[in-house]
Amino acid sequence: MTFRLTNTAKTYPDGTRALLSTELTVNNGEIVSLLGPSGCGKTTLLRIIAGLETPDAGSDIWFDEDNVTSLPVERRKVGMVFQSYALFPNMSVRANIGYGLKMQKLPKQEIDARVTEVLEMCQLQKFSARAISALSGGQRQRVALARAIAPRPRLLLLDEPLSALDASLREVLRDELAVLLREFNITAIFVTHDQDEAMAIADRVAVMSNGRVVQSGTPEELYRNPNSAFVAGFVGNAMLLDGKNTGNVLILEGGELKLPSEGTGQNVFVRAEDVKIDDNGPLCGQVETITFLGTHYRIGIKGITPNLLTSVFAGQSAPKVGQRVKVAIGPEALMLLPEGAV
Amino acid sequence: MVSGESEAGWAIYLDILRKPRYLNTLVLTVLVSLATTVAALAISTTAGMFLSRNRFKGRGILLSIMTLPLAFPGVVIGFLIILLGGRQGLVNQITPGHVVFAYSVVGLFLGYLYFSIPRVLLTVMAAAEKLDPELEEAARTLGASPYRVVVNVILPGLMPSLVAAGAIAFATAMGAFGTAFTLATNIDVIPMVIYTEFTLSANIAMAAALSIVLGIVTWALLLIARSLSGTTVAAGG
Repeated sequence: MTFRLTNTAKTYPDGTRALLSTELTVNNGEIVSLLGPSGCGKTTLLRIIAGLETPDAGSDIWFDEDNVTSLPVERRKVGMVFQSYALFPNMSVRANIGYGLKMQKLPKQEIDARVTEVLEMCQLQKFSARAISALSGGQRQRVALARAIAPRPRLLLLDEPLSALDASLREVLRDELAVLLREFNITAIFVTHDQDEAMAIADRVAVMSNGRVVQSGTPEELYRNPNSAFVAGFVGNAMLLDGKNTGNVLILEGGELKLPSEGTGQNVFVRAEDVKIDDNGPLCGQVETITFLGTHYRIGIKGITPNLLTSVFAGQSAPKVGQRVKVAIGPEALMLLPEGAV
Repeated sequence: MVSGESEAGWAIYLDILRKPRYLNTLVLTVLVSLATTVAALAISTTAGMFLSRNRFKGRGILLSIMTLPLAFPGVVIGFLIILLGGRQGLVNQITPGHVVFAYSVVGLFLGYLYFSIPRVLLTVMAAAEKLDPELEEAARTLGASPYRVVVNVILPGLMPSLVAAGAIAFATAMGAFGTAFTLATNIDVIPMVIYTEFTLSANIAMAAALSIVLGIVTWALLLIARSLSGTTVAAGG
């Protein structure tokens, strides 16, 4: 199903504008992530799509050629995975998954067959008779997904589906979720504040800030060509190189950098993995912090920009705290973004 | 010196079952208490869900009016029922004909009900605040009608509190004395019979036996209610 939303906004009775006029299209079978910090309106947008919030007048929501703007949630045929999973505690795993089918008043044999099929897809067969309270966090997440998918919804919505899990489990389940969603071959929208999650699962990411979608594109596009300082910072943690921009050259406290193109009136950003410690580098600073992260070190260098400049260092022996180092940044790694953009 | 023993011995318990006066009173007490419990649960659950879900002007005042009977002893409740449904009562004065219900089963039922509503209401409201709104939303995304949401999500979520509040309402009604003392002039309920056996007839053995039967019947019915509600919760799926 192709999902389309135009001119959709949400203003609360107290005047808070949770969502400014937004356009969003999700193609058939596409998995789109709404990524943004808390309070950016991403959950509001998801709830409007589900039908759990009423958007302002003038908003339009289309499922293919079907305008669902005024359709109540129970008739929209969407599947939703909630942040807390919201599994019915008074029902078994099997009854939870079959609930949507029961509401459709399907014959009992068909419900059983469909539930069994979904249980197998989500590898939940051996838990089917269990009570919800007897499941682990990861199992609950799979049951919530199975329950949402069993009635074959037109659109699957996921609200921070991994945030209730602990960090070690989250990464495993993230990859598992990405595989499952593609196996279901369903149009899906999922909300997250975690850029790694968005990039790992989604075909396309819509970055949101202050109630609007600021940029939408594939994870690669967003990472390599952010259109604003916000996107550059939020996706891939780009750092601002704060200095004097003469147009061709950027003059920093710790040295000068040649710009890749005419950059008058632009801010210059760089990512930590492009900041190289190099004896022939044009910049000079002093090591302030060192964090060992297994595969690499994160090194904070002072004296180049007003804030610490972070460098990812992959070598075996890191420089010591207090040591003076030379730093190089390739011109192709510099991102020039207009000043004052959101 | 008056002895608590009677000539009948243990057979006095058989008397309770054999003599229509005692048995009928017992049955009536149970029926009025059951009716009170069901009505109190129905009214308080509806009102409690509404009050905990909605914020409106005058909500606080309404809530305080509904919980006012907590401060009254049973005698005052009985007096209020007489003011409403007695011979000089409000209903009799504003309706044509002779409408007096204060001294009947209806009056007793209304008195018990008024006494029970605040206790059940407060319990239900506390439980309603704790219901997870995401559960209701989940049911609705799965196509559940508002009615199915109530049956499959809200009632199972409230069930432990409803059982507890229902038990309090039932046990209170079974043992209510003050209200009965004021209203039960034409009818008998067990606490009244215990009182008259004890003070008027000095039949201490019968008063004691009736007290024990009252306790056992209340306990047994509460046990049955609890086990039944336990199975409905488990079979909710």
